[in-house]
Amino acid sequence: MPTRVLVPSGVLGLGFDRAALARGVAARPDIICIDGGSTDSGPFSLGTGTSKYSRAATKSEWRQLMMARAEAGVPLVIGSSGTCGTDATVDWMYEITLELAAELGQTLKIARLYSSQPSGRVAKALAAGRVMPLTPAPHVSAETLAAMTNIVALAGAEQVQAALATGADIVIAGRTTDTAIISALPIARGDNAGGAWHGAKIAECGAQCSTYPTSGVIMVQFDEEGFTVEPLADGARCTPHSVSAHMLYENSDPFILYEPGGHLDVTASRYQALDERRVRVTGSKWVPGRYTVKLEGARVGGYQTTIMAVLREARYVTSAQEWIDKLHAYLTEQIRVRMGLSPDAYTLEFRLIGANSALGALERRTGSPVEIGVLGLVTASTAEEAEEIGKLINPFVLHYPLTRDEELPTFAFPYSPAQSERGALYEFALNHVMELDDPMQAFRLEVTEVGRA
Amino acid sequence: MPRLGDRVARVRSKNAGPFWITVDIFCGSPEVFAAVRQSLSTEAVADLFQQPSQLLKRFEIPDLAVIKFSFPRPVVQGSREDRDMHGAQMAILLEELELPE
Repeated sequence: MPTRVLVPSGVLGLGFDRAALARGVAARPDIICIDGGSTDSGPFSLGTGTSKYSRAATKSEWRQLMMARAEAGVPLVIGSSGTCGTDATVDWMYEITLELAAELGQTLKIARLYSSQPSGRVAKALAAGRVMPLTPAPHVSAETLAAMTNIVALAGAEQVQAALATGADIVIAGRTTDTAIISALPIARGDNAGGAWHGAKIAECGAQCSTYPTSGVIMVQFDEEGFTVEPLADGARCTPHSVSAHMLYENSDPFILYEPGGHLDVTASRYQALDERRVRVTGSKWVPGRYTVKLEGARVGGYQTTIMAVLREARYVTSAQEWIDKLHAYLTEQIRVRMGLSPDAYTLEFRLIGANSALGALERRTGSPVEIGVLGLVTASTAEEAEEIGKLINPFVLHYPLTRDEELPTFAFPYSPAQSERGALYEFALNHVMELDDPMQAFRLEVTEVGRA
Repeated sequence: MPRLGDRVARVRSKNAGPFWITVDIFCGSPEVFAAVRQSLSTEAVADLFQQPSQLLKRFEIPDLAVIKFSFPRPVVQGSREDRDMHGAQMAILLEELELPE
């Protein structure tokens, strides 16, 4: 049965074209799906279990989508709620939804799909040989798992289907694969599985697969042979090139995409322009495999304090590397003497902004910058220790001279104090999959009805 | 010698998850694709990113005139030593690589 999936944008919080969304609703979709997350901005969101987008931006866009859902009379699904898709961010999204339901006077059945994993469950699976490393994988043990602040499993189509099967108007899902929220309904209705996963991958970034990437809104129609993709903003077009090129995006293999329960192979896919705007894709293959779900985990990797100074004096700009080398050696000794900390108990690193701070040892170019920013990064085992080191090094970062027989220089500090406490430094700690007997084994559904008297 | 970035339509890089970087070279035409495919060795790219070449995956996609490289991130995204959270500046190294005509 043909299934029309409306995707308002690549992620909730980034905006979309409202006229295009209205056009999408008028075109009678079977479901509206939007992604709420990604690992792309780093481990902080998962580490803390918080959203990277503001509550205000999230709520204003979710309001538009809840209104669109009410008008279309079809389910609305958000995946990877609150960036990281932990239980805490599912609850955050649920709370926003309850507020909006009251403000809009909507009566709703809401399903929450939870993806957080207790470390004990993963440790048990690890002991049973059911947690497998991907390449490259950090070392994992019951101990490292217990030290993680959050672990999530990425749900696939089956768990989203279970949430839809409750008859929910809105599904607020924790971590899912980017594609699963889109492929779930077409697969449940018997559309071609290869086409469903491929179309979902093409649509997961919204209009990124079109000639007008920032317009957001696209419609994908799935059927028994493949799918047809169409951007809905004025002037946006999908071409065989723009669509097929999207398989390259943020994907290490442009032909294969691993999902829970198998993989998608697009080696033999054919892309055909139906007209100026629409592209039809057939020949994509779904290859069933073991039922595994990917795991993501984060842990605290230390506590940081940073400091920033700007060198403008030409002699220091030219000798900036020599200056930080000498300064580093001097401070290492000062920290040892005054705090009793040996260099292996913390790290102190200076990066030269204007020289090689983005690429480090990979940088091949040199130049003659007007000024150099010196970014000092202190990482210690407690926040207090990091702060103390920051305070200790502050006057030397301000005044340290290149030679002994010169008047003390004073560099430019951009603010007071020059050091800033960054708090915990989180790091990604899992690149593994976990095998399940049943797709719902590691996931949990809660269904509530709101707005009914 | 001309730089790769002057010959092709676009070079971009991005994380492919927290543990991988992927670099796409959009050659823009079959002619440029054929030329770059010949002159850009996997070893040169491995050297540029200081990666063992056996860890570097190379894909050639004639239909798109694209050459793609993927490799494990030199440091995991967001870890203490990371300098570029999204990995998008890595592409500049390839853009600036000088290639024989």
